[in-house]
Amino acid sequence: AAPRLAQRGRGGGRPGAAAMTWSATARGAHQPDNTAFTQQRLPAWQPLLSASIALPLFFCAGLAFIGLGLGLYYSSNGIKELEYDYTGDAGTGNCSLCAAAGQGRAPPPSCSCAWYFSLAELFQGPVYLYYELTNFYQNNRRYGVSRDDRQLSGVRFALFHPANECAPYQRSAGGLPIAPCGAIANSLFNDSFSLWHQRQPGGPYVEVPLDRTGIAWWTDYHVKFRNPPLVNGSLALAFRGTVPPPNWHRPVYELSRDPNNTGFINQDFVVWMRTAALPTFRKLYARIRQGNYSAGLPRGAYRVNITYNYPVRAFGGHKLLIFSSISWMGGKNPFLGIAYLVVGSLCILTGFVMLVVYIRYQDQDDDDDDD
Amino acid sequence: MALSVDSSWLRWQWRVREGSAQSASEATPLLSAEKARRSYNLRRQRVVFPNNSTFHQDWEKVSRSYPGNRIHTTKYTLFTFLPQNLFEQFHRWANLYFLLLVILNWIPSMEVFHREITMLPLAIVLFIIMVKDGLEDLKRHRFDKAINCSNIRIYERKVHNYVRKPWKDVRVGDFIQVQCNEIIPADILLLFSSDPSGICHLETANLDGETNLKQRRVVKGFSQQEVQFQPERFCNTIVCEKPNNHLNRFKGYMEHPDQTRTGFNSENLLLRGCTVRNTEVAVGIVIYAGHETKAMLNNSGPRYKRSKIERRMNTDIFFCIGILFLMCLIGAVGHSLWNGTFEEHPPFDVPDTNGNFLPLALEGVYMFLTMIILLQVLIPISLYVSIELVKLGQVFFLHNDLDLYDEETDSSIQCRALNITEDLGQIQYIFSDKTGTLTENKMVFRRCTIMGSEYSHQENAKRLETPKELDSDSEEWTQYQCLSFPARWVQGPATMRGQKSAQPLRRCQSARVPIQGHSRQRSMGHYENSQPAVAFSSSIEKDVTPDKNLLTKVRDAALWLESLSDGRATKPSFSTTSSIADFFLALTICNSVMVSTTTEPRQRVTIPPSTKALGMSLEKIQQLFQRLKLSSLSQSFSSTAPSDTDLGESLGANAPTMDSDEKDDSSVCSGGYSTDGGYRSSVWDQGDILGSGSGASLEEELETPAPGLAGPELCYEAESPDEAALVHAAHAYSFTLVSRTPEQVTVRLPQGTCLTFDLLCTLGFDSVRKRMSVVVRHPLTGEIVVYTKGADSVIMDLLEDPASVTDIDLEKKLKKTQARTQKHLDLYARDGLRTLCIAKKVISEEDFRRWASFRHEAEASLENRDELLMETAQHLENRLTLLGATGIEDRLQEGVPDTIAALREAGIQVWVLTGDKQETAVNIAYSCRLLDQTDTVYTINTENQETCDSILNCTLEEVKQFHEPQKPDRKLFGFRLRSKTPSTTSAAVLPEVGLVIDGKTLNAIFLGKLEKKFLELTGYCRSVLCCRCTPLQKSMIVKLVRDKLSVMTLSIGDGANDVSMIQAADIGIGISGQEGMQAVMSSDFAISRFRHLKKLLLVHGHWCYSRLARMVVYYFYKNVCYVNLLFWYQFFCGFSASTMIDYWQMIFFNLFFTSLPPLIFGILDKDISAETLLALPELYKSGQNSECYNLSTFWISMLDAFYQSLICFFIPYLTYKDSDIDVFTFGTPINTISLTTILLHQAMEMKTWTIIHGLILLGSFLMYFAVSLLYNATCVTCNSPTNPYWVMEVQFSDLTFYLVCFLTPVAALLPRYFILSLRGTYEKSLLLKAQKIDQLPRDKRDLEIQNWRSRQRPAPVPSMSQPSQHPMPHRPEQAFRASTPKSSSPPKRKHIEDWVLHGQRGSREHMTDDPCSGDSSAKLSSGEHLLGPNRTMAPGAYSGGQTNMSRCSQRGSHRRSQSSLTI
Repeated sequence: AAPRLAQRGRGGGRPGAAAMTWSATARGAHQPDNTAFTQQRLPAWQPLLSASIALPLFFCAGLAFIGLGLGLYYSSNGIKELEYDYTGDAGTGNCSLCAAAGQGRAPPPSCSCAWYFSLAELFQGPVYLYYELTNFYQNNRRYGVSRDDRQLSGVRFALFHPANECAPYQRSAGGLPIAPCGAIANSLFNDSFSLWHQRQPGGPYVEVPLDRTGIAWWTDYHVKFRNPPLVNGSLALAFRGTVPPPNWHRPVYELSRDPNNTGFINQDFVVWMRTAALPTFRKLYARIRQGNYSAGLPRGAYRVNITYNYPVRAFGGHKLLIFSSISWMGGKNPFLGIAYLVVGSLCILTGFVMLVVYIRYQDQDDDDDDD
Repeated sequence: MALSVDSSWLRWQWRVREGSAQSASEATPLLSAEKARRSYNLRRQRVVFPNNSTFHQDWEKVSRSYPGNRIHTTKYTLFTFLPQNLFEQFHRWANLYFLLLVILNWIPSMEVFHREITMLPLAIVLFIIMVKDGLEDLKRHRFDKAINCSNIRIYERKVHNYVRKPWKDVRVGDFIQVQCNEIIPADILLLFSSDPSGICHLETANLDGETNLKQRRVVKGFSQQEVQFQPERFCNTIVCEKPNNHLNRFKGYMEHPDQTRTGFNSENLLLRGCTVRNTEVAVGIVIYAGHETKAMLNNSGPRYKRSKIERRMNTDIFFCIGILFLMCLIGAVGHSLWNGTFEEHPPFDVPDTNGNFLPLALEGVYMFLTMIILLQVLIPISLYVSIELVKLGQVFFLHNDLDLYDEETDSSIQCRALNITEDLGQIQYIFSDKTGTLTENKMVFRRCTIMGSEYSHQENAKRLETPKELDSDSEEWTQYQCLSFPARWVQGPATMRGQKSAQPLRRCQSARVPIQGHSRQRSMGHYENSQPAVAFSSSIEKDVTPDKNLLTKVRDAALWLESLSDGRATKPSFSTTSSIADFFLALTICNSVMVSTTTEPRQRVTIPPSTKALGMSLEKIQQLFQRLKLSSLSQSFSSTAPSDTDLGESLGANAPTMDSDEKDDSSVCSGGYSTDGGYRSSVWDQGDILGSGSGASLEEELETPAPGLAGPELCYEAESPDEAALVHAAHAYSFTLVSRTPEQVTVRLPQGTCLTFDLLCTLGFDSVRKRMSVVVRHPLTGEIVVYTKGADSVIMDLLEDPASVTDIDLEKKLKKTQARTQKHLDLYARDGLRTLCIAKKVISEEDFRRWASFRHEAEASLENRDELLMETAQHLENRLTLLGATGIEDRLQEGVPDTIAALREAGIQVWVLTGDKQETAVNIAYSCRLLDQTDTVYTINTENQETCDSILNCTLEEVKQFHEPQKPDRKLFGFRLRSKTPSTTSAAVLPEVGLVIDGKTLNAIFLGKLEKKFLELTGYCRSVLCCRCTPLQKSMIVKLVRDKLSVMTLSIGDGANDVSMIQAADIGIGISGQEGMQAVMSSDFAISRFRHLKKLLLVHGHWCYSRLARMVVYYFYKNVCYVNLLFWYQFFCGFSASTMIDYWQMIFFNLFFTSLPPLIFGILDKDISAETLLALPELYKSGQNSECYNLSTFWISMLDAFYQSLICFFIPYLTYKDSDIDVFTFGTPINTISLTTILLHQAMEMKTWTIIHGLILLGSFLMYFAVSLLYNATCVTCNSPTNPYWVMEVQFSDLTFYLVCFLTPVAALLPRYFILSLRGTYEKSLLLKAQKIDQLPRDKRDLEIQNWRSRQRPAPVPSMSQPSQHPMPHRPEQAFRASTPKSSSPPKRKHIEDWVLHGQRGSREHMTDDPCSGDSSAKLSSGEHLLGPNRTMAPGAYSGGQTNMSRCSQRGSHRRSQSSLTI
């Protein structure tokens, strides 16, 4: 190959290096590429955290947080909550009888009790009725996995072949598959409530309509939970060959008379199957949004009839009933507002500390420069 | 990985194989009764039978048991790859741990996650590493294959001839024919050389980095072969030692059929990897092959290096395991307690499959194991993969750095070890080789002084400054490239170099002057590798631009010289002219330089004994050619007449010159040298012949053309490069060395006259005498002249005392010359030049005869021959007349002083370990600023352990007194001392201490268990110089320092002699492109120039370290932070090991969402720009002190992780408390929050934001949402029983989610942000300051850097160019020299050793003498020259008859003043 003249100098910046040399190739075969990337010379932004950047940031963030916190705090304060513990500890109301009756008996006998309360003013709607269980560890690992989502989603095969995770609530003693299988379903919350309103003192109690539909997530109700395909138009036939969980008194297809709310898509069941994250949890029981009560619960006396079935003594838990209104930010939650306020003030505080440091440093720096 | 294990295993395997084979061979009747006399012990000896017809049977039996020559350095084979690699990978604790967890997860009662999913991360990790290992091994395999398949000529019994076969087919006992420039494939015993004197020339560059030719001799008894060696006739059995790794130790014997034995030694052994030079053909028998060769045994294989960060990391992983254990314990105990609170089994307490409940204790144990599975991420499995990947990225950038690219060799840095890049940023000690590493090993004549007048050779200096690119050499090389030749018949050096176009410049001390169009073909076995076939020096070395001033004087001198031959009337006087002539004659003659022409590569110009009839060989043509040219002996010409035709052909090109030569021939052959034998014997025995010889005109006056056009240009091959440099220098003044034989030296004078000097005697150079002499008979005057050349310190002592001269004028003149020369010598020394003094002496015929017989006796004596020879030498070399001195520059590589200064500023201790002699090493140390003129230098030379001990003690005591106040931070006393503690001692500036030590002393130290003292002493030393080190010692030193001081060490070297050192250090760096590949092969990084080390360490090292360290810390933080979320949740789920985050999302979190940013961070982040790092080497100290990653940073980040996880968990917890939140809906904001926090944390850690950083961070964040949304939307029942269906979507429609996700990261990062900005504002750490400087615009930045530097170093480091402007007073060097009586210099000769008081007295004196030495740098008082033994010797206290101590008087200016001690 005839040698050709080639420029080998790089950038030409270095004295002496910009020499023209004879070389057989234009540049060394192994010469690295001179790109910004390979030479690590990509244009870069080098933020250096220092007071001058941090100070405005601290103050701005602090102020913003405090503002947000105040808003949250007040809106959370505007939400009303009314709760009642109907566990039935001795001397806490008429549910204690039921609690006492259920003790030591399995299954506990059906029992009713009531909770009376009165509202002095309108309980701003929409009002949600929750029940709350405390000390109930739905998030216990072995409990939480004891279910078969495929069965619940109406897969016929899975209906008769529940997943192993369901054990020991996978099959009955007779070997029949349990539907729905698993510990979660087996421990379904089965208290029921009805709300009665007494408009005038001494007047009759009128039942307040509780909307028991739409309490589950839309996707749960419509996608995740499906009944197995009907057999001859009958849900009962579809479930033939399965047994209900041991704790249940009736089969799953008889959970409700409403065909759209029975079987696996019974909303109470769906809500229960969404296992709670924390040992103290609420679950939505009903929404009050019909008739006269769409604006909220008007003033007056109320009675909640409670069918007391669910035993809680085994785990030392409590059962509560809660009426709650909601705002733009969901349920009552004073914490978030407070947290914002605290963090905001912390920002301001650190801002001030920084300011002090900054001023002192400036002085020192000047001294240094004088050296 | 477990390379070391592996290679040693391999070796063990060979041993075993060998051992078993041996036992088998002993059992078999191999050495049967009929050959009972040959009962060799194969366990202790190696027996080699030649592979020829006679011995074929024996050979078959024995040699089969020896390994073949195939080498095999790979770790795996195709079949063993998978199991072996897995096996090795599970040596890693983490992998084993994760394997354990995977297995645990398969136990049903502990199954936290899906069994298969749990295997995923481990499988990925194993796979990635496996691929990487596989590729590395493949590379090794290819290299082995290339080597194994290179060809060599092996004697084939059946064909009765040599056959070309690959290296791997070479077997022990084979006869091998190696041709010129071929590489020797195995260790072979030399049986034949085409050289008439039975010598084979070797270049051992591959082995020890030395390019000068070594001579190996044919085994005694084989040297007189007249024809080609006949393997069939070889009927001896060879018995020698077992394979060992001593390169220079070998002995054995050959048993002849008649049971006589011939011994041989390492002189007769050609080692694998050497290159045959200058010898047409050599034949030998293979003694060791393959892995048993000395070269391979010396190559102990790389050891698996674990970087410091990795070691640190491993301890931190143990901390993590501790934390994990604690957390699991809490979980287990908590679970049991929680379970115990229930009187009956609550509905959420699910029994096992059979409906039974486990006892509490067992439940607790299970829970413990389950918790381990749950919290396993605390031990970051992805960290290992990430580190591997990051290192790959770092290596990529290292590889691509243009600044580490050398255009000359077209090579950039090679990273051979991928797993220790970050160690580059933590180096505390550098061990460097000298030759070829610091220096280019190009000796360049710089200036000289003759008779007291200095010739500065400024043009020469200027020439040296011009860039090397303009080297004419490269032009020639391309010209040759244009010449086309048949491919296989490659001819000559030039084309060879053309082929290896990557290496246009070869370093060597012989120079080639080009001849155009030399196109003689010859067959040469080329080893087609990247090996340089022939080494030549560049024009830098050979072209010396003469000093104009001197040139004219030289012409005069030459004229004067010629006038001698005319009249012989002029008496030689001490006139300047005659001295100049003598000076140049001495330069030309007084050496051992061999001359060869360029027509053939490195062919020696010799005038051989004519009786030897050779086959038509290259040598012969060469010799004839030379004879024609020089026309010295006519008989030889006629004796080779039969081959005249060939000769004519080959010399056709030179025919025109032949005529004149032939004409002269007749006139020359008139001498008394009728036969070769007579010629030989004439020197010693026949004084009368000598006498008559001088009468007979030995000089030849040839009418040669002007020097520039002279036909064949000459190559000079010298044992030491300085000799070549001097010859070149003389050549520049037209004193050309034309030929050298053992008997004669021919010199061409400027006028073209050739003078042939009879070499009466040569006293070779040795390190004890430090000088060499030649005794010649001057052809013109007939005088017997001794020319001596040697170290200034020695020669100055041997000069004739001016006082003894009768002539007053002469005395004055001599004194003046000596003083002035001394002054110049000092000047040279300060410039870092290697100085040599040239002296002469004329002795009378009678004296010489007496001395000669004396010498002869000494040579003949068997006992204490060495001592006698030494004594005779001393008898001759005294009362010399000083002619002058030369200053030779051993050219440092470009940028070496600068690099060393920067490295030292960076707090790195630089040690030089060299096999070179002490003077050279010290010289280089000065010129590369390893030692400073102001340093106090201690030299320890002793063989005796006790002596060594006491010297160490004394030195230590003394040094401690210097440094008493600075004792605590001895490592850093370089700067700290100056910048921080204003020196409390009276002297404002403490002298730095340097230590020079030699191999023998090191031996004593190692044997005498003095390592601790030695290390303590070196702790005080700024630099340590170890000379005359064997490769083993080098590695021992490195190991010593590394292990005893537990510091990070780096070794850098270029030759095979550095291999062990390179492997011993934490980081081994090989310099490539200069020497063989041995050093590179064993190194972790291979660079092409020493100066690349600066950027490699200061920039890349810093970056790699800080990147990786911070990434590791970040990883720990990340994992702890994330895992703790799960842990906190356990408090709310009854310690049941349930998770609020879907497992897939958890895996994705580590695998995708948070993996890329740290990788990018680890590869790309730059805390400080390269320019600033280079400008402020101190910044390197952050890496040395492990500032980015140490125990405290680890724990701080752990604490931070705990805090952040607390915030990340409890803010959502409190927010969602008492609501209808479900598990995954609760987990999603937590996951999101922690992701945000972790990414923002990363963002805060990043110091440099490029578009890549931004995109990756943003991408990770968005990917999280995209993947989560998609996953949550599509997976209805795919992941039963956990089911996060539609959770993300629901959260997205919830305002609280946003509020929480906004607040929590702010709260979590607030403290860190606060601290960081506080530090950014307030703290004055170097790194932060540098970062601030980095932010400034360019011009301001430069200013700031200057400010900084001036603040750091109030006393600026003097630059090389202004050596005289030292602000500090000169401090004399002190040398404690001790030698045992065994030492070859006889103690009675006082003037050789100045025995000096050791200890404090002498040194204090040095301290107090400051003023005197201080001003001496400015005015070199001419009256004070050094080392006159008579001056310096104040006979000191004589203790115990053993210690002769004397005070070394202050020698003013001379820095090399020697104060020595012996016991």
